[in-house]
Amino acid sequence: MKIKQISVFLENKNGRLAEVTRILAEGDISLRAMTIADTADFGILRIIAEQPDKCLDLLQKNNFTARVTQVIGVRLDDRPGALHEVMQIFEENAVNIEYLYSTLMLMDDKVVIMFKVEDIDHGLDIIKKNGMEAITAF
Amino acid sequence: MIWNKNAECDNVDDRKVQQLYNLKKLVRHVYNTIPFYTRKFDELGVKPDDIQSMADIAKLPFTTKDDMRDTYPYGLLAVEEKEIVEIHTSSGTTGTPVLGAYTKNDIAMWSEVMARCLCMAGGTPDDVVQNAYGYGMFTGGLGVHYGSHTLGCNTIPAASGNTRRQLMLMRDFKSTILTCTPSYSLYMAESAKEMGIDFKDLSLKAGIFGAEPWSDNMRKEIEEKLNLQAYDIYGLTEIVGPGVSNECEAHNGLHVNEDHFYPEIIDPATGEVLPEGEKGELVFTTITREGTPIIRYRTRDITWLWHDDCPCGRTTVKMHRLLGRTDDMLILRGVNVFPSQIENVLMRIEETEPHYQIVVDRGDSHLDEVELHVEVEPSFFGDETKSLERIREKIAHEIKQELGIAVIIKLVEPKTIARSEGKAKRVIDKRTL
Repeated sequence: MKIKQISVFLENKNGRLAEVTRILAEGDISLRAMTIADTADFGILRIIAEQPDKCLDLLQKNNFTARVTQVIGVRLDDRPGALHEVMQIFEENAVNIEYLYSTLMLMDDKVVIMFKVEDIDHGLDIIKKNGMEAITAF
Repeated sequence: MIWNKNAECDNVDDRKVQQLYNLKKLVRHVYNTIPFYTRKFDELGVKPDDIQSMADIAKLPFTTKDDMRDTYPYGLLAVEEKEIVEIHTSSGTTGTPVLGAYTKNDIAMWSEVMARCLCMAGGTPDDVVQNAYGYGMFTGGLGVHYGSHTLGCNTIPAASGNTRRQLMLMRDFKSTILTCTPSYSLYMAESAKEMGIDFKDLSLKAGIFGAEPWSDNMRKEIEEKLNLQAYDIYGLTEIVGPGVSNECEAHNGLHVNEDHFYPEIIDPATGEVLPEGEKGELVFTTITREGTPIIRYRTRDITWLWHDDCPCGRTTVKMHRLLGRTDDMLILRGVNVFPSQIENVLMRIEETEPHYQIVVDRGDSHLDEVELHVEVEPSFFGDETKSLERIREKIAHEIKQELGIAVIIKLVEPKTIARSEGKAKRVIDKRTL
């Protein structure tokens, strides 16, 4: 139910991001989603990969500061308003969203939105109770 | 254990008599044999006979690092060249080196004061001393080596660098005393972690750390990470090398081996001698040295001196651990800042590593822009920028509290600030002042 997201600390230095993608390419890692939160002098890269453990291991071996966070991947129909339905349910049930981003592909004609919420068990519970689907893995 | 009770626990007045005798002898000798000193004395109109008490030392000229450079190589030699058995030069990172020449007696004196220092740190002939100071022209390696031999310890001349091997030696030969720079000791701690070595399984009981200023918080960190008692040692090539002063078990100031190195504190701006207890620049006169004796050498190190009834029984004058240097004192927007103050703050903040660099530049605004690069401690890294921003704000706030000026904090990736096996380079000053 919970998806492992890898976060990587990146200084804003030329070539650091390309270094990450190079390591993942050489390690044969399939990416499913990627997003960067950035500030003036550093950024945090968040990655969803098909092989999260291997991905983390590779990055740490290459001296990147990386760690795992649990997130929820909610599968939605690809139609207008689908995302809003989840948002509304989260709001009504006090599921506090810290950030969200979408994946790089459709799964069986559905989109997957990644949510980082304050209380993941509560979040998953709400998803289930409302008949929505959280993916178990990519 | 006290290595030389007679000298170290002597009655203060008796010691003064001996110091004065040696000073008079030295002054007469350098005035008559070294043209550099003859000229310096004459410029001030001072004669050797003017020295009638230790206080009269204030009449004598200072010797600076530039003087020593200008007279390189043998301009300050006080004996015939054939009397020399060893020479050392300062690292020379900043231009022409300075020379220290040693006669047989000088080496014996150096071995003696260094043996005293090892004893101050709890050393006995049963100890295994792993000496990770650099060997070579740098005085650290051989100075400690001689003292360790004199005391009768098993001496491991590990020298600096090759950290994996250091840890292996430490483990295999059960080293009990480690001697190196404080920043290198922390680097060893980092490497040990990577190698899966726990200092609790090693035999180290004491570390003698010197050659760069360090803070009380850094001491705590070292003691915790290396599971030993950390002792501060002080010395410099111009005077003898390591062995000028060392902390005893009281960890309250460094006992100066003042029967050989007579200390004063002066106001760096005016050159005036300051009373005990006042902060200023440390000055040394090598009253027993034969090869290259120095009159009133200005160390540029900032500290103060005091006497107290030390529980260890030594009566020698004490100096406080270095507060900084007159030359690494940064003047930022008119505020005097020592890198050690910044270090103190970072040591208080658990989310950062004690590795940092200060980059000073002067932008178009003609104001000093100070950037402090700090490594994030990996266990505090998460998936949110918020938490890192909080760490950054915390550092900025604490630094402002401590220094009274705002600095830009830049969080950098762990292990990206260069580690050093010798003196850590903490300040990069890009200003053209």
